[in-house]
Amino acid sequence: MYFETIENLIQMGGHGVYVWSCYLIALLVVGYNLWSPFLARKRAIDAVRCRIRREKRT
Amino acid sequence: MRWTFFYKLASPKWFYDISGLWLPWIGLLTAVLLITGVGWGLLWTPPDYLQGNSYRIIFIHVPAASLAMSVYAGMTIIAGIGFIWKIKLADMAAKCLAPIGASFCALSLLTGAIWGKPTWGTWWVWDARLTSVLILMFLYLGLIALREAMNSQDSAARASAILALVGLVNLPIIKYSVDWWNTLHQGATIKVVGKTTMAPEMLAPLLIAVSGFYLFCLFVFLLRLRSEIIEREQRALWVRQLLMF
Repeated sequence: MYFETIENLIQMGGHGVYVWSCYLIALLVVGYNLWSPFLARKRAIDAVRCRIRREKRT
Repeated sequence: MRWTFFYKLASPKWFYDISGLWLPWIGLLTAVLLITGVGWGLLWTPPDYLQGNSYRIIFIHVPAASLAMSVYAGMTIIAGIGFIWKIKLADMAAKCLAPIGASFCALSLLTGAIWGKPTWGTWWVWDARLTSVLILMFLYLGLIALREAMNSQDSAARASAILALVGLVNLPIIKYSVDWWNTLHQGATIKVVGKTTMAPEMLAPLLIAVSGFYLFCLFVFLLRLRSEIIEREQRALWVRQLLMF
């Protein structure tokens, strides 16, 4: 690793706040892109199952 | 005979089945490339002689900016195919690409602004590159809003394909803005034609990170498209059989 201590890694010569905030935002974007399709899939599956149950009752 | 693959590709059921087989491998490769590229760039590369450690933001910013443009181009081509040949799966794919592209466009704008503060001394300037990427963001948001505003899938597909096509003119403006105008944003350092002006120890992790982000985009696109297929094909027998057993 380029940085000799954890403190150096966090500080990054005074640029830590800029670098780490970017990586945090990137993590949020990655998380949104992974979470959103799973939510959409759950919604779609629930809607289909609900429709099938409704049709069976009538 | 060779065209049968394309005919099959347009079938939602066939695509749903085949993409389910691809997903684990794409996911695995994505994780390996992303962890390697971003981890290497963040932890092992030396600092830039001018920018210091703030340049490490490029391992996020460059893939995000590249994806924001590529996803828009891909989305427009797919929407055009759906519009001309009335392929339902193409319209579903174009719809799924818009939020992915918008998220990477937002990431590119935000990381660019954060990088600008220690490097340029300002979060934002109205130069040609930044402004044209902001317009791309508005195009993405406009496309998403347009789809949400329309009840008919056919009308939404037609309107969004036309809007996407009109917005395509913005892509060469983004690409060549740094050459056509005197901008604060630097010119291209990675070139397909010509000499790449980046140190190999920085270029290697950047290219791996870019590949990782592109594969990630493909991965989440397939996840979204599979959900969209279930939603739109909910009356089809194969979807009912798939979900009831």
